[in-house]
Amino acid sequence: MTTKREIGIVGYGVYIPRFRIKVDEIARIWGQPGELVSKSLGVFEKSVPDMDEDTATIAVEAARNAVKMASINPEEIRAVYVGSESHPYAVKPTATIVAEAIGATPDTTAADLEFACKAGTAGVQMCYGLVKSKEMKFGLAIGADCSQGRPGDALEYTASAGACALLIGDKNLVASIDHTESVTTDTPDFWRREGATYPSHGGRFTGEPAYFKHVLTAARNIMESTGTKPSDFAYCVFHEPNAKFPLATAKKLGFTKEQLAPSLVVRYIGNTYSASSMIGLAAVLDIAKPSDRILMASYGSGAGSDAFIYTVKEGIEERRKSTPHVQDYLDHKFYLDYSMYAKHRGKIKM
Amino acid sequence: MSVPRVWRRRKVLYRLEGAKCPKCGKIYFPARERCLECNTTPLEEYLFSGYGKIVTFTWVYTPPKGFKSRIPYCLAIIELEEGPRLTAQVVAVEQNDVSIGMPVEFAFRKIASEGKEGVITYGFKFRPKGYPNHAK
Repeated sequence: MTTKREIGIVGYGVYIPRFRIKVDEIARIWGQPGELVSKSLGVFEKSVPDMDEDTATIAVEAARNAVKMASINPEEIRAVYVGSESHPYAVKPTATIVAEAIGATPDTTAADLEFACKAGTAGVQMCYGLVKSKEMKFGLAIGADCSQGRPGDALEYTASAGACALLIGDKNLVASIDHTESVTTDTPDFWRREGATYPSHGGRFTGEPAYFKHVLTAARNIMESTGTKPSDFAYCVFHEPNAKFPLATAKKLGFTKEQLAPSLVVRYIGNTYSASSMIGLAAVLDIAKPSDRILMASYGSGAGSDAFIYTVKEGIEERRKSTPHVQDYLDHKFYLDYSMYAKHRGKIKM
Repeated sequence: MSVPRVWRRRKVLYRLEGAKCPKCGKIYFPARERCLECNTTPLEEYLFSGYGKIVTFTWVYTPPKGFKSRIPYCLAIIELEEGPRLTAQVVAVEQNDVSIGMPVEFAFRKIASEGKEGVITYGFKFRPKGYPNHAK
């Protein structure tokens, strides 16, 4: 009898900067009713990077955590992909910095990916394919962003910073990737032109024809292809631009609030863009039990959604003790007022 | 830092890589070509654990060019677990958090940036050991 070869996560790691600004404080500056804004978004505060942190530094921190959990020789990582919409350089990869810092160089491939908030999960699919086809033992996919919102724009309440790294392999899994598929169309709901400091968006257009259409279709498709239904899953994870969108998605698909709640970290850190659904998944893996099944659907403006089904594996309880949990990063925080926030985000020109 | 210098030092800066004498076992940070104890050359690459403790520290208010926006920041002499000492910034701390003897660990941060168009230097700084659970 042969055992089915499984591909999945051999280690995961997150990193969230310690600074926070409350939605209420941002609303105060722009003359908006803070409590109402906070309630309508379902977001209380968002993470802010330190002045010497950027997408590369937080990607390295998350990657180091993932490698530590997997406890493998980093020289065996043959692919490093960093998905982000805030790479520090327009030309010159973030992935080479990460690969060098974790000790994966020089016998590895590396590339930066960009697909708004789903560039990280696109990297997961690439690593999954490479490991599945036996081209390599390990591939590292990272979603990391220090996103910017235009002062006074609706996005400023949520655009935040965070990173999540998933190390993909075929042995000693924390969770298997049982199936993945995607939905993509050309939908211009959010963009940033070359050289522009802040992104632009289509306002309400970012909802129905963009986020909901793609996430719902990807989630429904993956359940149809695998013959599963919401009650087969212990948890669901959706991209979290705010709390309202994933809550509505879960309801429309027939998931309960309890299945979604553990992944809803957006309330306390805001929208970490490429890291958003991946940190949500990490928060679930931090508490999940072996055999639990997880449905995840990321979303990237532009637009597309990558759906995954994971099954948690034996031994996860022991493995996840080696690195900080999402909740540990949520608990360790230091509040900034708007003026310090403006300084941290380079909004004060010197 | 010039581009070739950043590139030459990347393993030191990114990973705390030093050198170890294959004959007498003496370790060095930063790496060097020849052992000061027994004159052996070449030395082997040696990766430090990234853990250490603060020997002494100061808060900088009058910084060199390029660091003005970050003041006050903590600059410390750190003794690595393996013995060698180095000077580095301590991050993720407020003024009352730092003390002599405090255990610290490697933190990957941006060190400097040559204006808006130049190369960015990344590398080691230190933060309280066990971050983000150090205060629990």
